[in-house]
Amino acid sequence: MAAARISRRGLLGGGVAAGLAGGFAAGRASADDTVTPAVTSYAFRGEHQAGIVTPAQDRLHFAAFDLTTDDRDEVVALLQDWTAAAERLTRGDGAGEVGPVDGAPELPPDDTGEAIGLPPSRLTITFGFGPTFFDRLALADRRPAALRRLPHFPADVLRPEISDGDLCVQACADDPQVAFHAVRNLTRIAFGRASMRWSQLGFGRTSSTSTTQDTPRNLFGFKDGTANVKAEQPEVLDAHVWVGADDDPAGGWLAGGSYLVARRISMSIETWDRQPLVDQEAIVGRTKGEGAPLGGTAEHDEPDLGAVTGLAPTIPVDAHVRVVHPSQHGGAQMLRRGYNFVDGSTPLGALDAGLFFLAFVRDPDTQFIPVQQAMASTDAMMEYLEVTGSALFAVPPGVGPGEYVGQGLLV
Amino acid sequence: MRTTLLLTGVLLAAPVLAGCTDNATGSDAAGSDDRSFTVAASDDACDVSGSQAPSGALRFDVTNTGSQITEFYLLADDGLRIIGEVENIGPGVSRSLTIKAPAGDYLTACKPGMRGDGIRAAFTVTASDDGEQQLSASDQQRVDEALAGYRLYVRDQSAQLLDKTARFVALYKAGQDDRARALYPEARTHWERIETVAESFGDLDPLMDAREADLEPGEDWTGWHRLEKDLWPAEAGAYRAMTPAQRATYADDLLANTRTLDDRIQDLDYTVDAVANGSRGLLEEVASGKVTGEEETWSHTDLWDFQANVDGARVAFEGLEPIVADHDPALAEQLTTRFEQLQVLLDAQRTADGFRLYTDLTQPEVKALADAVNALSEPLSHLTAAIV
Repeated sequence: MAAARISRRGLLGGGVAAGLAGGFAAGRASADDTVTPAVTSYAFRGEHQAGIVTPAQDRLHFAAFDLTTDDRDEVVALLQDWTAAAERLTRGDGAGEVGPVDGAPELPPDDTGEAIGLPPSRLTITFGFGPTFFDRLALADRRPAALRRLPHFPADVLRPEISDGDLCVQACADDPQVAFHAVRNLTRIAFGRASMRWSQLGFGRTSSTSTTQDTPRNLFGFKDGTANVKAEQPEVLDAHVWVGADDDPAGGWLAGGSYLVARRISMSIETWDRQPLVDQEAIVGRTKGEGAPLGGTAEHDEPDLGAVTGLAPTIPVDAHVRVVHPSQHGGAQMLRRGYNFVDGSTPLGALDAGLFFLAFVRDPDTQFIPVQQAMASTDAMMEYLEVTGSALFAVPPGVGPGEYVGQGLLV
Repeated sequence: MRTTLLLTGVLLAAPVLAGCTDNATGSDAAGSDDRSFTVAASDDACDVSGSQAPSGALRFDVTNTGSQITEFYLLADDGLRIIGEVENIGPGVSRSLTIKAPAGDYLTACKPGMRGDGIRAAFTVTASDDGEQQLSASDQQRVDEALAGYRLYVRDQSAQLLDKTARFVALYKAGQDDRARALYPEARTHWERIETVAESFGDLDPLMDAREADLEPGEDWTGWHRLEKDLWPAEAGAYRAMTPAQRATYADDLLANTRTLDDRIQDLDYTVDAVANGSRGLLEEVASGKVTGEEETWSHTDLWDFQANVDGARVAFEGLEPIVADHDPALAEQLTTRFEQLQVLLDAQRTADGFRLYTDLTQPEVKALADAVNALSEPLSHLTAAIV
């Protein structure tokens, strides 16, 4: 967990939390954060990378890169340069050593400048390696078995140009310009060694990763991420998020890291909006206002999957909350950290909107793939969803003093 | 006199060029016979008395044995970068060229009639200890050499542009459209190699190189792309072909503007930062117009332009390379490598008569080219700071 810098206004309570898991869930009743803005920045270095259990920031800029070199030394240099830049950026400094306006006039500035005057905005930058990274650098013997392209799921209509990637950068901040600034400058630093494959903006977090945060809503209007793994549950994190030293003989370097699943889920929101409230709630399995499981009264009530109303289950058999519930999947949980997105509109006048689903898991084979398969085949919500982008990355552990991100993999 | 416009007499001071002195003596050539050559330049031959020399100050005594005015060049092995030249050698006249050349592969060339690529032959300079001493030069000398070399390059490309444009418009006016289409990208290559120089003439550039989309409503559209659209009408939908009279009007206009450009280029002088910025600027042209396929809307011959922009950028860099190598060797090496990497991708798109059409490229091929352009452009943006 990244150490938080605390402003002189004082400590924040909690700062870190944990939650449960499940696809689209719901949360507590009130509007938004209970996180006070006391924390303004997070250190880049630490035991784990920041941006996982860090209380979810409001904005996202996620980018996937492909290597344009197969020279391992060049890739090491890139990761060193990225590490140095990320450390500066998360402090609220420029991407380069000099800064946006203090350099020689005949040189392009080493920082692009749009974050001048902006605070760190709780920026976190989280790096990951895709399966193809290992092919590119002849590191197949260090690729964990679970790190491979996700299988095809029903309702996947994947566009290759917004799927996969050798590397990923997840930049989260409370200010969208700060997150964008980070990705822009890291992209610039990478030219000649890696090039952007795709990127995704997210404008509203759809999960809370701390008990100090209220549950936000996705674009269906429902609370999302009620049952999330949260930072305040270290034993749950160890069991479900952090990779163990002995999880995979090829993946010792990943101990203390995690797997990051990224899925661009388009929502047919215009069609959804025509569904009667009672149908919407039956599809989700929760009430729209409070977010309580059907049959319950409060958001954090445990769904009673055995409850029956009349002759039918209170929570329908194809309700989202049931289909993805940990009890249906051997207790599998994931730490979700997704964001709403709207990428303009389609030629037919529909909003190109949805959920950019991000989840951190210890083992995608047991914690994500079966849940996604169940969801794709039996979840009533799938009628309104289409997955257009997909990727899986291994997120290495935190970066120690003097190290660069991913050093354990490349030394 | 054009030379009166040269700043600080750079050309005359630069020993690289020597060039125009009829009365140079053997002592200028370091008194070493294996560095002195005679050149018999006839209308159909270019007989150099040797094809190899040790590095150092080389001397070529050129005699025009033909009936046309000729020129003699020593070119880098890419055939583009001019190491030294003597121009305007009339029939029966002898001139000499003295030039410092480090070890490497070169080309000699005579240009009877001062047209085309000339009659070329390989020429090798081998490393030699005393030669390397002769070559050591101060930054100022190197700057002078780089500027003089660039000036020659631009003038040479402009001359070839004028020559090929004249042939192109003649074919076009005569209705020989197939041959005009074949010559179109080849002629434009010379424009694109010096595009940043040509664009410095703000009045000529829009008249010669405007794309239809660049125009304001009601503005008359002239220049290369006006003719391009007329030559590739199948792409232009309901386009109405030009009449022969219209063809003549637009073709003559393009040729007249090309002649004006060439006249002005004779008077141009350069500063070292202008050459460096020009190199960067040419890559920006690639990034904004060629790699996107927006330059040649109708002919789709964008890769010819792409290659020509890269040629011009590389020639400018290579002239400055000795200075960069001194000040920032890592940058010099990186630029050299990334020019090579980009060239490998371009070479993969070559065909018997040039390049594949932009519309035949796959998206991954275009992406790979764009990546290589970005990879080169980023360090290229540091070139100016490394030499001033």
